Amino acid sequence: MPTAAKTYFELMQWGPNGWLDEMVFATGLTLIIALTGFLFGLVFGGMAAAGRMSGHPLLERASIAYTTILRGIPDLLVIYLFYFGGSAIVTAIGNKLGYDGFIGVPGFIAGTLAIGIVSGAYQSEVIRGSFMAVPPGEVEAARAFGMSGLTLVRRIVGPQVLRYAVPGLGNVWQLALKEAALVAVVGLAVHWSGIKIGDVVLIHETRFSDLLRQAHIAAGSTRQPFPFYITCAAFYLVLTTLSTWLFRRAEAWATRGMKRG
Amino acid sequence: MTDSFLRLLGGVPLTLQLAFSSIALGLALALVLVALMRQPIAPLGWIAHSYVFVFRGTPLLVQVFLIYYGLGQFRPFFQDYGLWWLFRDPYHCALLALTLNTAAYTAEIVRGGLQSVPAGAIEAARAFGMSGVTLYRRVIAPLGFRQALPAYGSEIILMIKATSLASTITLMEVTGVAHKLISESFRAVEVFLCAGAIYLAINFSVTALFAVIERWIAPDLNATMNKP
Repeated sequence: MPTAAKTYFELMQWGPNGWLDEMVFATGLTLIIALTGFLFGLVFGGMAAAGRMSGHPLLERASIAYTTILRGIPDLLVIYLFYFGGSAIVTAIGNKLGYDGFIGVPGFIAGTLAIGIVSGAYQSEVIRGSFMAVPPGEVEAARAFGMSGLTLVRRIVGPQVLRYAVPGLGNVWQLALKEAALVAVVGLAVHWSGIKIGDVVLIHETRFSDLLRQAHIAAGSTRQPFPFYITCAAFYLVLTTLSTWLFRRAEAWATRGMKRG
Repeated sequence: MTDSFLRLLGGVPLTLQLAFSSIALGLALALVLVALMRQPIAPLGWIAHSYVFVFRGTPLLVQVFLIYYGLGQFRPFFQDYGLWWLFRDPYHCALLALTLNTAAYTAEIVRGGLQSVPAGAIEAARAFGMSGVTLYRRVIAPLGFRQALPAYGSEIILMIKATSLASTITLMEVTGVAHKLISESFRAVEVFLCAGAIYLAINFSVTALFAVIERWIAPDLNATMNKP
């Protein structure tokens, strides 16, 4: 310090002199975190919705508790629970197995699981709502035709649930995408040891961070925080805008057979 | 456990203060944005729409960091204009980020509420000779408010949860205290249970309050809905 301030385009070069490549890879990791979390959420949400509609009082109550609690507490708190709580559990198991010392859960895994659990609570409501939107008369009619079990789900209920669920799932996906930024607070995401064949390095050893974390690192390293945070915001805006467009296409596709107006 | 709980309770005033200040300021800004969207000068409308698009399309944590760390780069500039006190202080930065963020979401809610007012109701009011302020005060505002209320309730709960992000810029609200307790003691589950219970209690109170308001402002709707 103080080195001369660089212009925006000097900072955002592709390659070893700039940060653009790091920012783009970080965007990829953020997408992976959000996507993995969302898919976990689909599993948790599906199970919770099934429990809620099972008619079994205990399962119903557990599912209501899950969706109410996870939608009522901050996501950041859930990430802390998974990160610190997970590390405590893993360390305890490690110590039982004879390894003494602290074992940390990677922030990437804790964050992805936390996003999955939280987004599952929202998805469960979306899935349940879509199930209830299927007219009971159609299910009855299908049964009258002799359909049952899997055929009924595959031909009548499944396609309609998907159709009704698309807009709601789109909203939950946007939430998951924005929640992926929170992973930045539990630190470094993934360490990639690179690919070597003999002495020839094909891909260098790299540390991947999520988008916000990467912006934070670059900001600290260059002491020019503003360009990086604004780029980070712009990349997020691209992701959310693309998602909106994709889900609109998906909705148009899913409702193509419906009457409009 | 009691000790953790009491220390977490110490963070509640800051959580509530952040939430309610930003909600109130955000509502004021949202009304300005909606007014801009509904007036005839197109460029002003575009500004309001772009604002909503940008703030809804980026994560709140990015906005918090952009304001707190990012704007710090322009310290000499702010000092020249006597604004540095605002951007130096994490509390003000968190409040600013939360306000700007909720204003965008609230503007969409208000706009949706106003759009839901049936054209027939407005026509009827005009036929009665109402116009301008009277029309808004007697017909559009009450009907729109009723329609927008449930979504606004959800937004308030989202904001109470969003105050937790202030802990990332050193503020000691409930999540900040929780983080400190966890790093001190590593009793993550216990602290999580206490902090979670506090947030749930706050959010349940807000939900209950909104249920009361909804019943109070729309008794006729509820009467028809509750009929067997």
